[in-house]
Amino acid sequence: MRLNCNMEMKILKEGSGEIFCKNTPSEVREWTRKNKTRALIDKRMPIKEAIKKFVHNGDYLAIGGFGHIRIPMVSIYEIVRQHIKDLSVAGHTAVQDIDMLMAGGCVKNVDIAYVVGFELRGLSGVQRRLFESGEVKKTEYTNGAMAYRLRAGAQGIPFIPVKVMLGTDTMLHSPGKVVRCPFTGEKVLLLPSLNPDVLIMHAHRADIYGNVQIDGHIVKDDLQARASKRVIVTVEEIISDDSIRADPGKTIIPFYMVDAVIEQPWGSHPGNMPYKYYFDHEFTEEYLAAGRDKDLKVIERWLDDWVYSFEDFDEYLTKLGSKRLYRLKDDEFLRVKNGGR
Amino acid sequence: MSRNYTLRELMACVAAKQLEDGKAVAVGTGLPLVATMLAQQTHAPNLVIIFEAGGIAPQLPILPISVGDSRTIHKALCTTTLIDIMDTIRRGYVDYAFLGGAQIDSYGNLNSTMIGDDYEKPKVRFPGSGGANDFGSLAWETLIIMDRHSPRRFVKKVDFITTPGYLYGPGAREEEGLSENTGPSRVITDLCLFDFEPESKRMRLIACHPGVTVEDVIKATGFEIIIADNVRTTDPPTEEELRLLHEVIDPLGFVFKK
Repeated sequence: MRLNCNMEMKILKEGSGEIFCKNTPSEVREWTRKNKTRALIDKRMPIKEAIKKFVHNGDYLAIGGFGHIRIPMVSIYEIVRQHIKDLSVAGHTAVQDIDMLMAGGCVKNVDIAYVVGFELRGLSGVQRRLFESGEVKKTEYTNGAMAYRLRAGAQGIPFIPVKVMLGTDTMLHSPGKVVRCPFTGEKVLLLPSLNPDVLIMHAHRADIYGNVQIDGHIVKDDLQARASKRVIVTVEEIISDDSIRADPGKTIIPFYMVDAVIEQPWGSHPGNMPYKYYFDHEFTEEYLAAGRDKDLKVIERWLDDWVYSFEDFDEYLTKLGSKRLYRLKDDEFLRVKNGGR
Repeated sequence: MSRNYTLRELMACVAAKQLEDGKAVAVGTGLPLVATMLAQQTHAPNLVIIFEAGGIAPQLPILPISVGDSRTIHKALCTTTLIDIMDTIRRGYVDYAFLGGAQIDSYGNLNSTMIGDDYEKPKVRFPGSGGANDFGSLAWETLIIMDRHSPRRFVKKVDFITTPGYLYGPGAREEEGLSENTGPSRVITDLCLFDFEPESKRMRLIACHPGVTVEDVIKATGFEIIIADNVRTTDPPTEEELRLLHEVIDPLGFVFKK
């Protein structure tokens, strides 16, 4: 039923969670006019340069994919290598991606929808340590709530009414506010919109201008690109502008949203890249074991071995070796291990 | 008669039977997913399985490690976005949310956020809601699977309400702004099966697993339970169900450790 209510919107209940991202949609709109080019220009650059240019200490960072699926590991490793500090992170199904950033000491605040867990693989030692000690600050949300916030940010409105989190402690530890809908009278939760400073994401392919294609589920990458100020896209493959124009319906993210394009095959390792390669399960298990060790030197040594000692991602791939990488293709396509190799 | 089985395996089989063919289920990682796969491979081939990362109606070949990995879109009918999945549930298309948690109370409120009484410095920090609160708020029915049934997990008051059950009693969900005719309908444990008494919205014992007594359930539960007039005994797993669990669904032993 629809009412013609003539009432003041009263806050009936509210959470105490801190809002870590300070950008408002109106500010971001102004900023976009001055700072984002609409020209069709070649946006390729080395990952080192992209991270240096677009990810700063204290930024609010959004990450594409789903925690350990289609995650931008090449950007994550580079952020850790450049010792970027005090990041606030959108932790919606944040798994291997946020764990590495937290192990590297890059994170100050997290909007939590899902953290600490590696789903079936169990809990992370690194994240438990930092969240249980209170060293990293947090605000609670849900995966849906974070997506709604991004939708508001993409739409350019400052808040959004939702029908989740109501009645729970999750709401009480969020910045949400419960009000009555002025049109129907029912209770809804208002959440602040989210416009991250920068998005790092990994996709299947793009052209040099940043027209991006993703195969399979998109998770939140479309919304995150639309809501974020800066967008760094790493791809398995750069394709021609002609191929993009041959099937424009496949372009999930148009070029003007994108600031940097980096071609990096295997760029999601040890994550799962749908239709390309499956998880490197052993790698992640070894990483998790290092993070769970009470002796903090063990994870530091792991970071030395796999991040700090490398100049770039190519050296990382060389250390992994082609045999190991191609085995992940067998896993992805459910083929017999080492089929024909 | 089937060969030896564990109560955990039996729990997965009983959980699978709660899903009706031709309905839609939004499902979380681990045991809920095992039960859902078993249902798809036995009595419910037309079960519509929905994953929050964007996979719709896949034919699951093997247990996914994540609710977003490649297996969740294997032979799917549609791949989409997370917000589209939440919209689909909110619009009323999804019959069941299928969830687990670390703690549960008599109203079916679930905690997957933390253990302890200090939010800033919890004893153990768990993942948080993920999509669980969304599913439990928006789906018509919530099915809950709880492993290791004990007073530490079945508690009077959960340390943190991550996902809403019936909150504090009849009418509470509606009072807080959640939709009518929603909420938990079944809790499946490694000892027994509960539903929720319609009047009080509290957990009610309706069946025990073979070899488990009502007394065992009372002892393992940290709150007072309602006991149905006729407490049934659940059916033991069949040979075929056990084969599917170990050879097809979880051959690598992620859930049923080898």
